[in-house]
Amino acid sequence: MEIKKDQYHLLIVDDEESVRQSLHNWFLEDGYYVKTAKDAYEALAIMEQESWHLVLLDIKMPGMDGIELQRKIKSFNKDIIIIIMTAFASVETAVKALKQDAYDYIVKPFNPDDLSRLIRNAIKQIELRSENIQLRQKINKLEQRDELIGNSEQIKHVMNLVKTVAPSNSTVVIRGESGTGKELVARAIHCHSNRRYHPIIPVNCGALSETLLESELFGHEKGAFTGAQSMRKGKFELADQGTLFLDEIGNISQKMQMELLRVLETKQFTRVGGNQLINVDIRLICATNYNLEKAVEEGNFREDLYYRINVFTIVLPPLRERRSDIPLLAQHFINKYSRAMNKAITEITPEALNILIHHEWPGNVRELENAIERAMVVGKPPTIVPENLPFQLTTRSSEPTLDTLDSVEKKHISYVLSKSAWNISQAAKILNIDRVTLYNKIKKYGIQK
Amino acid sequence: MASIHIIPVHILDRKILTPLSKEISHQFGLQTSIYNIEFDVSFAYDPFRNQYHSTKLISGIRNLIDSPSNKYLAVTELDLFIPILTYVFGEAQLNGPVSIVSTKRLQPEFYGLPWDENVALDRLKKEAVHELGHTFGLHHCPDFQCVLHSSTYVEEIDFKLVTLCENCLLTLKKNMLL
Repeated sequence: MEIKKDQYHLLIVDDEESVRQSLHNWFLEDGYYVKTAKDAYEALAIMEQESWHLVLLDIKMPGMDGIELQRKIKSFNKDIIIIIMTAFASVETAVKALKQDAYDYIVKPFNPDDLSRLIRNAIKQIELRSENIQLRQKINKLEQRDELIGNSEQIKHVMNLVKTVAPSNSTVVIRGESGTGKELVARAIHCHSNRRYHPIIPVNCGALSETLLESELFGHEKGAFTGAQSMRKGKFELADQGTLFLDEIGNISQKMQMELLRVLETKQFTRVGGNQLINVDIRLICATNYNLEKAVEEGNFREDLYYRINVFTIVLPPLRERRSDIPLLAQHFINKYSRAMNKAITEITPEALNILIHHEWPGNVRELENAIERAMVVGKPPTIVPENLPFQLTTRSSEPTLDTLDSVEKKHISYVLSKSAWNISQAAKILNIDRVTLYNKIKKYGIQK
Repeated sequence: MASIHIIPVHILDRKILTPLSKEISHQFGLQTSIYNIEFDVSFAYDPFRNQYHSTKLISGIRNLIDSPSNKYLAVTELDLFIPILTYVFGEAQLNGPVSIVSTKRLQPEFYGLPWDENVALDRLKKEAVHELGHTFGLHHCPDFQCVLHSSTYVEEIDFKLVTLCENCLLTLKKNMLL
């Protein structure tokens, strides 16, 4: 990419006029914006008036020397690039300057090619830094897009807790029914923390056996077990400087509880089959829908681990306790799947929304998202109507009654027949039985139109 | 309309001046002439470096010229430097009247290669147009084929053409009108 040189401000600080003049002309011919200063005091005065990207600084100057001036400049602008010029190839002064964060040093007189390359590389570093800042800002915007949706008091309270705990390094336990968005809360904590530019690594502990989980978390050395053909880093290593999210922590075995406790306390571990201790810096977020206190009482969960992880708890309300958020969530998922499916469904009818609001949602937000996704598949633009919603949404009751199987079957067949306007073929298809069986059941239960 | 004067300074091989003059006239569309002056270069000599300070030479020539609205290019066989750099092929006053170019480091024999009159002349033409370009207010150009591209070693000079790129040509025309 072509460098727009006139955008870059170069300041030359040297007590020798001939040096200042030479460099001034050289950079001017190159198209940079350039000024000179004869000593540190003049340089500081110039720097107060304008912003500078790059300073070429002579080490030996009367009054304040280059090293001292560099320290002063860095105290008010850490990002400025400083190149030290010295007439003597003194390793000592060069090391001193580099230790104080100088970009590089160059020995006078310079080879023209070295000077050109040095400045080009310094400018590239400035550009990369600025690009990095822009990308970080973009990441911040993108990450915040997936935050918790809702206006209810319950969800506002959760978000306040997230923002309170995020900047610390404390372990967080997120509790809530399945599908309430525990991973989303973990990601929100990560995105609001100082670790946000490092990864968040989720592990579903409930889905893995003890040995698999051990290898997954700690990694393994080559040949640690049959099939370990190469070294593999575990999730702890991958999450270094970031966040490790252990979902379903209540499901892990006693052995893994002990291993986990050890890592949390020492911040060190070894890979499976290895001897070398590996240091990690992670923030742990756990999630569970188990009653951990009860598990501790019953001896299924180590008390010491419980106290180690239970520093800060966030309880997520089930969706049925924050029904006022359903319209907002439904619209969010409609927008999401409309984009993903490239389908022009943009809204939902009041009747369909009413069904959603009154449903019990045992699967919480995940169930709502699935319901909307399904409706988006079967629905026709531009609106979701009640018929597009999953069948069971309109019939599900909060608590199943203690009926006999025959009674439940009779009720269900009656319902399907009424919904299909007694079209036997259609009802049989919905019930996934043949027409003869349906006739027999109608007869058996005495179902009438 | 300004004209360009070529000033031989401590130069033995004067036959290069005619083709150089023609090339400069062709590239800038201006009249050129050879401008002979008596000029003692000893004041610009640095015995420690065994080189001549190009900025001082330019200042010395600036004091001798009669019309600052014309452009002057000194051509010399002396090895040039500016205090901060180990050597320079040439130097110019940006938007000023005087520039200088040295043939010393443009010769293949300087690098232990066989003498080649054409290569040396070709490089001289490019560096002369380059330095004169600065006197017309042109900055270094990122286009590696443009004659205003900055060259810190001779291979880079060989890469570029003797002509200005489209952008530099436009700027030159604009600056000439001013």
